[in-house]
Parts: sequence; C-alpha cells; structure tokens
Amino acid sequence: MPLLDVQNVTMKFGELVANRRVSFTVEEKSIVGLIGPNGAGKTTLFNCVSGLCRPTEGTILFNGENITGLKPYQIASRGAVRTFQVVRPLKDMTVFDNVLVGAFLKCSDNKRAFKKAEECIELCSLGSVKGKLAGELSIGGKKRLEMARALATNPKLLMLDEVMAGLTSTEVKESVDVICNLRQSGLTLMVVEHVLEGIMSIADKIVVLDGGIKIAEDSPERIVNDDRVIEAYLGAKYSQRYKSEGRVH
Amino acid sequence: MDPILKVSNLHSGYDGVPVVFGISLEIMPGELVAIVGANGAGKTTTMKTISGLIHPLSGNISFLGQDVSNLSAHEILKLGISYVPEGRRIFGKLSVRQNMYLGAYTEKSQTEVSRRMDELFEIFPVLRKRAKQVAETLSGGEQQMLAIARGLISKPKLLMLDEMSLGLMPSMVEKMMETVKAVNEAGATVLLVEQMVQEALEIADRGYVIQNGKIILSGQADELLNSEQVRKAYLGM
Ligand SMILES: Nc1ncnc2c1ncn2[C@@H]1O[C@H](COP(=O)(O)OP(=O)(O)OP(=O)(O)O)[C@@H](O)[C@H]1O
Ligand SMILES: Nc1ncnc2c1ncn2[C@@H]1O[C@H](COP(=O)(O)OP(=O)(O)OP(=O)(O)O)[C@@H](O)[C@H]1O
Ligand SMILES: [Mg+2]
Ligand SMILES: [Mg+2]
Repeated sequence: MPLLDVQNVTMKFGELVANRRVSFTVEEKSIVGLIGPNGAGKTTLFNCVSGLCRPTEGTILFNGENITGLKPYQIASRGAVRTFQVVRPLKDMTVFDNVLVGAFLKCSDNKRAFKKAEECIELCSLGSVKGKLAGELSIGGKKRLEMARALATNPKLLMLDEVMAGLTSTEVKESVDVICNLRQSGLTLMVVEHVLEGIMSIADKIVVLDGGIKIAEDSPERIVNDDRVIEAYLGAKYSQRYKSEGRVH
Repeated sequence: MDPILKVSNLHSGYDGVPVVFGISLEIMPGELVAIVGANGAGKTTTMKTISGLIHPLSGNISFLGQDVSNLSAHEILKLGISYVPEGRRIFGKLSVRQNMYLGAYTEKSQTEVSRRMDELFEIFPVLRKRAKQVAETLSGGEQQMLAIARGLISKPKLLMLDEMSLGLMPSMVEKMMETVKAVNEAGATVLLVEQMVQEALEIADRGYVIQNGKIILSGQADELLNSEQVRKAYLGM
C-alpha cells in the first residue's frame, strides 16, 4: 500500500482549474519530486493533500485512510506535514520557539519536545541563530526554519515546497544531504523544487504538472529527456546543461 | 566617467547592531554588477540601505554625485533607483494591474504607463491573463514575475534586483536573465543580488563576493566564475 494515494484530484478556483484529475502514488520511504512550470498547480496540490483546500473532486488516501476534506490539523496529526513556499514563521518568536511550537504539536512532554526541537535546529543548521527572532532571519534562514518546524512535528510524510529556493549551489548540496538522511531515518518525502540539482539526484520518481494536468511521471533520467517537459519547463539552456553535465544520476 | 552609485565604507544593520561592516562599491553607468554570497552574508541589508529602507550606521552612499545616505525610500525611487526586494513584497489584496500601476507612480503620463504595461505583458504573458486576479492568490512564481514587472515599469536609471530567480522555473530564469541583460543594454545600470551565482556571473560585467558583512573578493565576472574560491564556496564544485 502506498503511503499517499492521490486519485483523480481536481481543484477549481472559479473558472480556473488549478488541478485537473491528477493521480499518483507515493510509496513509503521514497522521495517523489513534483515539478512543473510556474502556476502549474504544485502548491495547490500540496494544499489539497494538507487540507488547506478541499478538492472539488477526487480522493486522497493517506496510509490507507481517506483524508479528503479533513482539517489541516487533523491531517498534520496523522503525519502528513508541509512547509509553505511563501514562508510564514511567527515573526516575533525566536527561531527556537518556532520550532518548539512544531514539536509540541505531536508531543506534550516538555523535555522530549525541547529535545526534538534541538535536534531539528541542529539538522537544519540553525544552531547559530536559534536565539534570534524569526522575523530577523535572512531569506535562506527562513526557508531552513520552515523545514525545521515541519520536521519537529515528527511527520511520516514531509512535503517541502521550494525550501531550496534562495540557496547557493553549495547550500543546496547540504540540503540534499539532509533530505537523504531523513529518508534513511524512515521518512517519506514529496518535494516541489525549481532548483533541479536539489531534487533530480535523489528522487525515486518525478511527477510533472503543466496547466494543472499531470503530463509525465517517470524516473529523473527519463524526465530530463522528455520533450514535453523540456518545452513546458526546462527551456533550451537548462535541458542542455542537465544532459551535458550529467548532473542527474 | 564618474560612478553612478558609490558606496563608501558602509556600516549598516538593525537596531544599531551592524551586520554589514565597511562595504565599498562603485558602479559605473551602464554596468551590470552582481553581488553574491552565502545566506545571511549581508546582501539584502546592503540593498535595503542603498534603497533607503534602512539607513547607514556610518559610511556614505552617493547616487549621481548626490549624497542619498539619509533620504527616504520614496525619494530614492524618485531619483531613479528601483529596488525589487527578495521574497516578493507585493500588495496582496490588490490586483495584478493595480500593483503594476503603483510601481509606475513616478510617471505622470497615463499613455506612457499603458505603453509600458503592454510591453511588460509581452514579457510576462501570464500576468496579462491574471491582470484582475488578487495578487496574494497568484502562484509563488507568478508573484515573483509581478514583483519584477513592478520594478521595471518605472524605467529606473538603476535597477536593483534581490534574488530575482527565487521560485522561477528554469526556463523563466533563463528568460529573466536575458531580460535583465536586455534592459541593461538598453541603458539601465543593474545591481543584481543572486544565489544563482553562476547565472548571475554569466550575465554580469563585474561582481563582488560578500562574506559575513564584508567584501572578500571582487573582479571581472568571468574571473570570479573561474576562481577556485568562488567555485568551492558557491558553485558546489
Ligand atoms: N485562491 C486562488 N484563486 C484564484 N486562483 C488561484 C488561487 N490559488 C491559486 N490560483 C491559481 O492557480 C494556479 C496554480 O497555482 P499554484 O500556486 O498551485 O502553482 P505552482 O505550481 O505552485 O506554481 P509556482 O511554481 O509558481 O509556485 C495559478 O495560476 C494561480 O494563479
Ligand atoms: N530585520 C532584521 N532584524 C535583525 N537582524 C536582521 C534583520 N534582517 C536581517 N538580519 C540579519 O542580518 C544578517 C544579514 O542578513 P541579510 O538579509 O542581509 O543576508 P543575505 O546575504 O541577504 O542572505 P540571504 O541570501 O539568505 O538572503 C543576518 O544575520 C540576518 O539574520
Ligand atoms: Mg508554488
Ligand atoms: Mg537576502
């Protein structure tokens, strides 16, 4: 049984169809990349899975349970947790306290929650700024805080919405290592990312959306050679680069 | 020739605590200059200080020979510096079109504003399609395109872009880099802060590398691209 099973999900905003009959599965302990042009419907799909949007049609199963239309906190408490692309930390709280709030969602024991928060701070390289107010972080710092907050809730499925945007290639590499370690420790990940070095080398599978429709679902190697993906998304220069530099393994 | 922008020994920060320690930059008219560096290095703080959102603790900023260190953000915009901040600071409750109008408020002629709006809709067709949509419901990348379009619509003398590529799909990053280059070739001076270090240095004439609030390296863009230090620290090689 897959951990996440998205079946024929359609999400409309008035006239606009942001997701149209999208189906795919995410196997346990795998990493699935979700890519596609700006406005393709990736964040909307995360919103549907995490309960922020109620799909107009379709069904979402998590761990075999129908979670379609449940409230965000109900879905989070079942272990499906996402980060936000447009970061929204509690600005007037410290970095540490922000992460602690996440930890308390799943764990009411003070000592354990503190320990969990410490771990996640460490894992996301936020140690040196943990006493700062979240509103004072640079953009890269805020992205890492988003990830630490989500991790602190001890998720089964972690959905990352562009957490590598705004990092240098060297920092992206570090994040990739973090994600690989998380998978090792038993987590399942769904990753939305335009920074392709951040996802292509580690994903088991890539799902491509375009105009709300799933246009491809395949291994990273095949995806970068798919003409439709190249045209809709990569563009000439980047498809050249990914192919020639063999950045995708 | 005199520099269009001259930053001398700038110290800047928040609540009196500096995070930028003695940065000096000179940008010549018509140049395209990139500032690169790791997270938290002080790039945005430098840009915010130039654009008047925060003021120097010490040091000096002059634009076209005039000391602008203590001018307000809107006075600086009027002088011809347009700042596109990182993280898409758009007016969420306003429509796409209203956001763009606000960016053009220094231009009095309505026909000119409409002309520029059309020009920008050519570059960003999706914004034309979404012209009436409330900005906060745009996708992340669409919001970023709106922020860039708003920065371009005032036809600035100096265009400052902070993490322009953030959240844009690869083909759009490519297109934006070409657009910036074209805007530059059409006469605007450009100061670019980018985490996509390679992309930025590919289009830039010169670059500065900032670390912990100080400039540690500067030079011709291609020299920086080839430097061992830059490749290791920022290009992941
Ligand atoms: N509440 C809403 N009302 C109207 N349109 C919306 C709403 N939310 C999203 N949209 C539109 O739905 C489309 C899909 O948006 P979504 O945020 O899912 O895209 P995305 O794939 O995450 O794009 P990006 O890569 O730019 O973040 C966009 O065109 C957006 O403008
Ligand atoms: N509003 C603020 N109040 C206090 N400190 C801040 C504020 N904004 C930024 N800082 C701090 O100033 C330092 C420099 O931040 P800045 O945003 O200039 O970095 P940056 O080089 O732009 O980083 P990034 O690449 O992540 O955007 C960081 O240590 C940051 O935490
Ligand atoms: Mg999105
Ligand atoms: Mg910044």
